[in-house]
Amino acid sequence: MTHTSERALTTYLTGFVLAVILTAIPFALVWGELLTGPAVYAVIAVAAVLQVLVHLVFFLHLDLKHTPGENLFFLGFAAVLIFIMVGGSLWIMMDLHHRMM
Amino acid sequence: MGEMSVTTDLLEHEEKKSLESREFGFWIYLMTDAVIFALLFASYVVLSKNSAAGPSSKELFDLGHTAGETVLLLLSSLTFGLATISMSEDRANRVVQWLLVTLVLGLGFLAMELIEFHGMISQGAGPETSGFLSAFFTLVGTHGLHVTFGSIGICVMVGQVLVKGLTLPVRSRLIRLGLFWHFLDIVWIGIFSVVYLPGVM
Repeated sequence: MTHTSERALTTYLTGFVLAVILTAIPFALVWGELLTGPAVYAVIAVAAVLQVLVHLVFFLHLDLKHTPGENLFFLGFAAVLIFIMVGGSLWIMMDLHHRMM
Repeated sequence: MGEMSVTTDLLEHEEKKSLESREFGFWIYLMTDAVIFALLFASYVVLSKNSAAGPSSKELFDLGHTAGETVLLLLSSLTFGLATISMSEDRANRVVQWLLVTLVLGLGFLAMELIEFHGMISQGAGPETSGFLSAFFTLVGTHGLHVTFGSIGICVMVGQVLVKGLTLPVRSRLIRLGLFWHFLDIVWIGIFSVVYLPGVM
C-alpha cells in the first residue's frame, strides 16, 4: 500500500466512524426515550447536519483548498435555493395551519 | 519521436479536461437532485401529521428496521470508497471486488425497503390511504429508485472495468458513480432524521 492510498483509507475510516457515532446518538436517544420534547428534535437536527458535513468532507472529499471553486459555488447556490424554497414552504404552510385552527 | 509524445500529451490533456468538465456537469446534476429531495422533504413535513384517521407513523415505523437499512447504506458508502482507493492503486480486480460488495449491500438495502413497503401496503397503509402516506412513499420511494439506478450503474461499471480496464474515461465514470452513491447516503441521513426518528416519537 502506498502512502497516498493509506492516507485515503484513513480518511474513509475516520469518516465512517464519525458517521456511525452521529447515527448512533439520535437512534439511541429515540430508542431509549432518554430525552423528550424539543430537545430531541434539536439533537437529531444537529447530528444530521454534522453527519452531512462529515459525508461531504470525508466521502465526497470536499475541502476549501482543492475542490474547484465552481463546485463549491453550486453547492452554496443549491443550499440557498433549498433554504428559500423549503423554509418558505414550511413558513407558509405552518402559518396557514395556525390560522385554520 | 519528440513530436509524437507532445501530441499524445496534448491529447491526454484534452481528454482530462473534457472528463473534468463532465465531473462538473455531474456535480450540477447532483445539486439539482438535492433540490428535488429538499422539496419532497418539505412536502413530507407539511403532510406528516395528516394521517386521515388511517394508521399513523408511530404504528407503522419500526426503528430496528430503519437502523438495519442505515447500517447497510453506510457500509456501502465505505466499500465504494475502498473501490475508489483500489482504483488509485491500479488494481482492477480489487475495484471489481469492492464494487460487488457495494452492490450486495445496496441490494440488501433495497430488499429491506421493499419488505417494509410490502408490509405497509398489505396492512392497508398504501400511498392512497392518506396525505402522510402519499408523501412518505413519494420521498422514500424516490430515494429507493435512485439506489436502484445506482445499483444498475455499479453493474455497468463492473462490466466496463472487466472489459475495458481502468482507462481514463472508466476512472472518470467510476468517480461520478461514487459521487452519486455517496450523495444517496447523504439523502438517507435526511430520511431517517426527518421521517423515521420523529415518526416513532
